[in-house]
Amino acid sequence: MQKYSIFNLVKNAFSNHKNWDLAWKDPTPKEEYDVVIIGGGGHGLATAYYLAKEHNITKVAIIEKGWIGGGNVGRNTTIIRSNYMHDENGLFSEFGMDLWRKMSQDLNYNVMFSPRGIINLAHSDAQMNAYARRGNSMRLNGIDAVLLNREEVKEIIPMADFSDNVRFPIFGGLMQPSAGTARHDAVAWGYARQADSMGVDIIQNCEVIGFDVSAGKINGIRTSRGNIKAKKVGLCVAGSTNILAEKLNMTLPIETHLLQACVSEPIKPVLDNVVTFGAGHFYVSQSDKGEMVMGGDLDGYNSYAQRGNLPTLQHVLTEGIAMMPFLSKLKMLRTWGGIMDMSMDGSPIIDKTHIEGLYLNCGWCYGGFKATPASGWTFAHTIAQDRVHELNAGYSLNRFSTGHLIDEKGLGTKTWIS
Amino acid sequence: MLYINCPHCGMRSQNEFSYGGDASVKRPELNKEVSNQEWDNFVYNRKSLRGKHLELWQHIFGCRQWIKVERDTATHEIFNTFKADEEVT
Repeated sequence: MQKYSIFNLVKNAFSNHKNWDLAWKDPTPKEEYDVVIIGGGGHGLATAYYLAKEHNITKVAIIEKGWIGGGNVGRNTTIIRSNYMHDENGLFSEFGMDLWRKMSQDLNYNVMFSPRGIINLAHSDAQMNAYARRGNSMRLNGIDAVLLNREEVKEIIPMADFSDNVRFPIFGGLMQPSAGTARHDAVAWGYARQADSMGVDIIQNCEVIGFDVSAGKINGIRTSRGNIKAKKVGLCVAGSTNILAEKLNMTLPIETHLLQACVSEPIKPVLDNVVTFGAGHFYVSQSDKGEMVMGGDLDGYNSYAQRGNLPTLQHVLTEGIAMMPFLSKLKMLRTWGGIMDMSMDGSPIIDKTHIEGLYLNCGWCYGGFKATPASGWTFAHTIAQDRVHELNAGYSLNRFSTGHLIDEKGLGTKTWIS
Repeated sequence: MLYINCPHCGMRSQNEFSYGGDASVKRPELNKEVSNQEWDNFVYNRKSLRGKHLELWQHIFGCRQWIKVERDTATHEIFNTFKADEEVT
């Protein structure tokens, strides 16, 4: 594989950049693989990369129905953070933060990781207390957290509404300075390029039609491009998890829901951080191109549509304008939607299943993008070793039966309620 | 915008409704032994169908009645609506 470097850039300039290698190949499916990963999104690509890199398993195929990086890794708001209260989420995400910091070097691909900090705004004394508690829990897990008062918040985001007589006055906020954003497509492409270079077959436009299971053991998959034998199969298909689970006669604690995001026209730099509204569900950051990147609530009903509905967008942006009134002056450039695998406690599942050789990675709710490296790393470990790593031990499938839920937001089973 | 035909009030916009989830889920009979698996299926496990989906909505800014709606989760087309106690086959 050609290394991306200043020297190669100069060298290729002499041939008008026409001699660069393809970043990844377009192989035809082989008859058999050691591991087949279904889903060529961020998590699937990362899983294949870490299988090859950490476990020396390179007879791997990624099976993707459409094109790689075309699902949620291409549709998110690029926020990376580990500001969780519960140990399972905090330690898992903080492990991921380390991978994020090294990612551009590790993948030889600029993912433009920008640790610009995230601020969760508080709008009441009670919320400040809750944030103090969450911040303390984070610090006990080695995650940076700073509790900001009103004046400190005002210094960082003076464009927010600090006027008198607002419905939701800003009391302060909880900041994780090491949180940030990254270039989402580059994450998928970087993982794909490295996985491909280590021998992983990335097979696009290949739909999984069924599974070959006998005597409680997986033997392979049936696809639109023929049958593929596999010793192990990993599911990494986010919003399509239930569709594949049905083919396996499994019913999972997951519902598929629609989440929208949008960007404004580009403007000059105004916002350095990621900021979230504490009296509803709205978050905003500014991209390197200058667009304000915004998102919020789910549309609120089961959907596989990958396109949104205006009432929810209006509701979300109303919250945005309450928080930062200048947003009302901006024109909307694009809106889009993706389908989320909403688990019943708001936390993901990375686990083995009752079928030998079948592994499950799903339930990412709103937080799939930032989990990409940690999810891939732990899922690769779970598949390669046939046992969960301590980092994803809490993300078990049977926690719903045993009562060991990880209900970070305290929403219960209706995580789509806003 | 979804338009939902409330069986009590007629056609109204989605802004008047709140979603209540899969309507095919049945609470286990309490006068018999209920296995853990049955409770799991009632509380947590969902089919989350792609296509025709029977679901509960509440006409919260209208008559406040719970209703059943048969809707396509891929196209958002609404085929039919029912009163909450109507059996849908």
